[in-house]
Amino acid sequence: MRERRWTRKEVVRQIGVQAILLLVLAIVVFPVIWIMSLALDPRNISKPLELTLIPPGASFDAFRKVLFEPFRLLCTNPGDVGSCMTFSKLLWNSVLVALGTALFAVGLGASAAYAFSRFKFIGRQAGMLGFVVLLMMPATGVLAPLFVLMSQLKFAGESLRTTLLGLAIAYAAGALPFAVWNLKGYFDTVPKDLEEAALVDGATPYQAFLRVILPLSAPALAVTVLISFMAGWTEFILAWVFLEDPDRFTLAMALRSMQGQFTTPWSEFAAMSIVMSLPILVLFFSLQRYMISGLTAGSVKG
Amino acid sequence: MAQIVAPVAPHRPSLRRRLRESWGPWFYIAPAGVIMLFISFLPQLFQVWLSFTNFRAQNLRFNVFDPTTWDQFGPEFIGLQNYERIIQNDLNIPDYNFGRTLAFNLVWTFTNVFLHVAIGVGLAMLLNQKRVLFRRFYRAMFVIPWALPAYISALTWRNMFDRDFGAINQLLGMDIDWLNQVAAPFGGLLEWLPLAFYAVLLANTWLGWPFMMVVASGALLSIPSDLYEAADIDGANAWQRFRTVTVPMIRPAMVPAIMLGSIWTFNQFNVIYFISEGDPGGRTEILVTQAFKLVFENRVYGVASAFAIIVFFILLIITLAQNRLTRATESYDA
Repeated sequence: MRERRWTRKEVVRQIGVQAILLLVLAIVVFPVIWIMSLALDPRNISKPLELTLIPPGASFDAFRKVLFEPFRLLCTNPGDVGSCMTFSKLLWNSVLVALGTALFAVGLGASAAYAFSRFKFIGRQAGMLGFVVLLMMPATGVLAPLFVLMSQLKFAGESLRTTLLGLAIAYAAGALPFAVWNLKGYFDTVPKDLEEAALVDGATPYQAFLRVILPLSAPALAVTVLISFMAGWTEFILAWVFLEDPDRFTLAMALRSMQGQFTTPWSEFAAMSIVMSLPILVLFFSLQRYMISGLTAGSVKG
Repeated sequence: MAQIVAPVAPHRPSLRRRLRESWGPWFYIAPAGVIMLFISFLPQLFQVWLSFTNFRAQNLRFNVFDPTTWDQFGPEFIGLQNYERIIQNDLNIPDYNFGRTLAFNLVWTFTNVFLHVAIGVGLAMLLNQKRVLFRRFYRAMFVIPWALPAYISALTWRNMFDRDFGAINQLLGMDIDWLNQVAAPFGGLLEWLPLAFYAVLLANTWLGWPFMMVVASGALLSIPSDLYEAADIDGANAWQRFRTVTVPMIRPAMVPAIMLGSIWTFNQFNVIYFISEGDPGGRTEILVTQAFKLVFENRVYGVASAFAIIVFFILLIITLAQNRLTRATESYDA
């Protein structure tokens, strides 16, 4: 079927719409282009003086430095370059923490959300409200007591506070309220008949949850994984305060350490920002078709 | 196969039965509950105790689990003094002003969420029109600010606002001290909002509107087109169509998104802490950044705990009010 031809009025209107959209596009991509141009600048200027799209003698040198050279600010033994962190080690730590956070948040969150969505029981309202209230708690508020408490908990001979596992658990606690809230909203939209059919067929409630509810809730699960992964990937305040051994430092901490008080190696900072954003962008765009339904379906029950 | 169901008057099952049936659901909640208990709830309790003491850096060797440290390093119990001093601005901390910070936090949240929703819904509607060239391309590009880690965006914006080397002054060809200029750009009622407020507002609006656009797009797509046709037949103009069809239809999706957005914005640590750093003179400080500074810069742990508890109650009031409005914690009733 051929599309209808454009009328004159539609063409004028389209030009107006495109003008607005292009303006918005320019504003949206401006910071991104600025940071790319900084990253490509070969002079690693400490003070970028002018705006240039592609700086003279553009090169990927800053990327090479960030990816392959040791981070001299993050060393176990400051005199020995061999003991400094490298990008691959930082990356590994970041992946462990972020993945751990996401798995804890989505696994435990889904289980709790299922109970809140499907059962009527004593303390449900209070419990749900408790989770929602914790969503509002600024994490920085409990830093000091958390520090003391996690120093006391031991895991495999060391205090949980200084391990990546401890960090992932702490982040998951931050991500859980959102996970529970979002997943409960989505589970509410999965018709009860489906589970009831499974129960009639002899499944236990647990099996019905695993085999019926979870597969149907893929969008909400994907969004929850993405948001908690992002939280673990970029958080650095808790990490700075808790971790002691530079061997366990993460990418977010390395980026923060570059933003100096007086000088910032702008090209390397920019290159590092881009490298750190890429996995999140890829994840985000690959999960994007789930985003809308995963975040809003729970609320469109009327 | 028909079942015969006797009409049953709705009645509450006995307490015993309800207690017995409450075990199962709590079993599902337990794993998350235990983590929340240890990581969120117990520290909060400890914090409540801290808030009634004068815990400072010299008390750091105090250890709740080790009684031998109690006498030597234990802080003094001072009752409600911390709370009084926080509210009466009697802390000996430069630029500290509780009332102003709270007012700024509320204005910050309201202006941001208003702009996010207005721009988000506006662009969602623009992109939802019948014929828009490159629609998919724009949709994909417009979520970039949301997809980028907020922490990196905040640092990038901070550098863009740099007076000498930042992109914004270079683009405008001007020499504006975006983040530290003391004189307010507008007088009268707006005089307490420094230029830095508009800078962080711009940065956070850049960050926040795509989320609202995505939510609004989803809701707009679910509006049946015959509703608009019916409105057309009734002779409704564009504004009437928007008010009587669009708004009621996207409201169920927007209300929770606005709630979530309000909380995120109220506690938007990254943007304030990295871009304006509360400057000039603490006039762009919000409650979470102030709480953070009380712990890490001033190291007055007792005061910081009392401060965090005050923030908690402010948020609790807001949550309860919003919860009443939207009934978000209701369970699912098929």
